[in-house]
Amino acid sequence: MSGFRASSGGVTARFAKPEAIVIRDLVTQVIELVAGDDAEPAAGAGPRPASPGGTPGIPDAAELEAMVGLGAEADLPDDPVLARLLPDAYREDPEAAREFRRFTESGLRSAKVAAARTLLATLPPGGGKVRLSAEQAEQWLRTLNDVRLALGVRLGVTDDFDALSDSVPPGDPRYAYVQIYQWLAYVQGSLVAALS
Amino acid sequence: MSVAPVELTRPETDEQTGVDRPWLTIVWNDPVNLMDYVTYVFQRVFGYSKPKAEKLMLDVHHKGKAVVAAGARESMERNAETLHGYGLWATVSHEA
Repeated sequence: MSGFRASSGGVTARFAKPEAIVIRDLVTQVIELVAGDDAEPAAGAGPRPASPGGTPGIPDAAELEAMVGLGAEADLPDDPVLARLLPDAYREDPEAAREFRRFTESGLRSAKVAAARTLLATLPPGGGKVRLSAEQAEQWLRTLNDVRLALGVRLGVTDDFDALSDSVPPGDPRYAYVQIYQWLAYVQGSLVAALS
Repeated sequence: MSVAPVELTRPETDEQTGVDRPWLTIVWNDPVNLMDYVTYVFQRVFGYSKPKAEKLMLDVHHKGKAVVAAGARESMERNAETLHGYGLWATVSHEA
């Protein structure tokens, strides 16, 4: 692809099939990671069975939490990628950090998953031309950034990217991901420029 | 050329009561986020001019962090939540 360009009312770009496959695969992985246990059941999965021991017609604690958007998890996720995507909002006040997370994490996860699904819905699996409204482009930006954050954490990216790049020779299993990480920076950068 | 900042002594009473001491939204440096993207987010979220957004972005990049907003605790928490949505590493603080 040759980068995003501004067009009337939005932006456009063209993706080759392998490019579309790579992006869609990484975005799908981010969805699976971020959605976690809160993932919506697949369409056609049928109604949720009543929880054992629960009172019929009365939602249990988990259902209530889902309804009001309060997450049960109050601590920083163990997975370093999730910890970066869902960071603590207080550095030196664990109690305030937990409270903030209780009220915001569920909504943050949902927003990230929704943005990622917008990308999947607008990037044809076989590649081709992508035309995005300003709003869809914003969802792409957030999702591309989340994908780069995830790759960056897994690859151990630091401010000295060249040192990392030089230390990963062709043939290293991380080599392809270092290339993809750099390419995604180009894609995201072109999208920022097209929107600015 | 800018003049070296003058060290101001904060009145004791202010420290003790916390009155008028604003809450802060802080953004921390991150090796992944693109500089242009961070500038874009500051413009979009706070409505800052491009020069102001760029200056804050460079502060984050060179100093490791920058205060990007100050005010009531609730609105600083909303800022942090919004910035987390963009993948920026933002925290809320009551410290100067």
